[in-house]
Amino acid sequence: MSFEVALVQFKPHKGDLDGNLAALRGVFAQLLAGPAPPPQLIVLPEAAMTGYFLEGGVYELSLPADVFAAKLDAQWRAAGGTSPVDIVCGFYENRDGTYHNSALYATLGGAGVRVVHVHRKMFLPTYGVFDEERFLTRGRHLDTFPTPLGAAAILICEDAWHSIMPTIAALKGARLIIIPSASPGRGLAGAGMLESVEHWRATVTLMASEHGVYVLYAGLTGFEGGKGMSGSTCIVSPRGELLASLDELAVAILRAPLDGAEIDLARATLPLLGDLSAVLPDLWYDEALPLPRIEVRDAARR
Amino acid sequence: MLPVVEAPLHRIDAALAIDAPLTERWLVAFLRDELIERRRISKAVLGLSGGIDSAVVAYLCARALGPENVHAIRLPYRTSSPDSLRDAQRVVDALGINVDTIEITAAVEGYLQAAGDADPRRRGNVMARMRMLVLFDQSARLGALPIGTGNKTERLMGYFTWHADDTPPVNPIGDLYKTQVWALARHLGVPAELIDKPPSADLEANQTDESDLGVTYLTADRILAQILSGYRDEQIAAVGFDPREIALVRRRVEGTHWKRHLPTTALVSGTAINEFYLRPVDY
Repeated sequence: MSFEVALVQFKPHKGDLDGNLAALRGVFAQLLAGPAPPPQLIVLPEAAMTGYFLEGGVYELSLPADVFAAKLDAQWRAAGGTSPVDIVCGFYENRDGTYHNSALYATLGGAGVRVVHVHRKMFLPTYGVFDEERFLTRGRHLDTFPTPLGAAAILICEDAWHSIMPTIAALKGARLIIIPSASPGRGLAGAGMLESVEHWRATVTLMASEHGVYVLYAGLTGFEGGKGMSGSTCIVSPRGELLASLDELAVAILRAPLDGAEIDLARATLPLLGDLSAVLPDLWYDEALPLPRIEVRDAARR
Repeated sequence: MLPVVEAPLHRIDAALAIDAPLTERWLVAFLRDELIERRRISKAVLGLSGGIDSAVVAYLCARALGPENVHAIRLPYRTSSPDSLRDAQRVVDALGINVDTIEITAAVEGYLQAAGDADPRRRGNVMARMRMLVLFDQSARLGALPIGTGNKTERLMGYFTWHADDTPPVNPIGDLYKTQVWALARHLGVPAELIDKPPSADLEANQTDESDLGVTYLTADRILAQILSGYRDEQIAAVGFDPREIALVRRRVEGTHWKRHLPTTALVSGTAINEFYLRPVDY
């Protein structure tokens, strides 16, 4: 079954939520205008409608997930979207006065907007140029959720730099990993590519091939006070092949059909995820691991 | 016997390597975003000294904005080297950018006459601040944004006049070491005369940066790159650097942190600007 996805490498104007939503409406209109049929899933980067570095401005621009989804839905309908479409979009979330760097998976259009899942970023970078935990609270759960391609998980930016995150997502059934990101580009010594982008490419291709998952990486672009968001949006197959990509600075749409059968074939050819499932209990219940120990049931030790 | 392949003990120059075409692409995009997208300003103005830093910035601005939108200003003082004017002109001719020459001698001498005797250090600071005064005034005349030309090496060594060279709101090369600026200059096609001559602030006759600093730029950059990566002096010395040069560079960095910040303000409230009330520069 083919699942058509479109990743939007977006360049927001800092803090201009309404202006950025209007620009997104233009993107929706382009996707609806054809000639290709509209995608089934649209993926936007982290903090796509506000820009990433907000500092204290985060408290002025955060929204509840359902309110943010309704704003996305209004743009889809204003662009002429009558049929349902799924969307992933990063945003700053106000959850009853607790603030998160979040990304939602929602269905827009059709009978009404529906928030399927909200992932709250778990690894908040707070070092060097980053200061997220000064303003935000980290998420506590990594969950999967249903999509037409099967179970999926969202990892926001640094979430994906910890290899245990896609590993756990895959163990929980994810066949698709979606990464909204806002990554300030750095390191000019690479051959034609920023060193930070080289790191990302290695990360996403390895996670895809190790677990037999599609990876959709949507990167923010544009400069924010001298810090250039490094774009480099890409789609990686379950075999770890880079199917399509954008450069750092393009403002563009990346499209591809995903095929669930490719996931099955990749996992049959390289059954690392199955192997991990078998060995995991021996690794996990190692007393030397720095994990809190609660009662271990005999059944889990089998 | 098996062949033995040894890793280098220290990757000293890895931190200084740049892909010059990538660097150009990145910095040109930076200038376009900062001027056109963020500020809706399509013109740049910069002081063109005849040295390598302002030449590289002129090239980047010309590529980002078009040469017709770049205004170079030559700001000679009576003791400035004629070579500086000539080398600045080479850049103007190569790029087809606009140029004005505004002598700062009368303005500097007028102040110094009123102020009485000043040592060379004070005179140099007055010249640097006068140049920035002219640059900002010309920016208002031209509707152009002043662009900074300070490099990372001089910023780290504190080798600049505070609230003068560091004043323009946008600087494309401030995170490039001097040796990286040279590499970028070669890629951009900056005239060889500018790349090959000894760098000089040209505030006094026969002055060179390296004699002022007491260390070559290549050595300073290699030491700086290691200091900023967190290496201790003994680790840097262990890979072959002169302990006296390490100490000199570290002393300059550690004695000038204040020059890389805004003025210190007494915090007396829970809403102190940039302490509690935090908004990014482009918000």
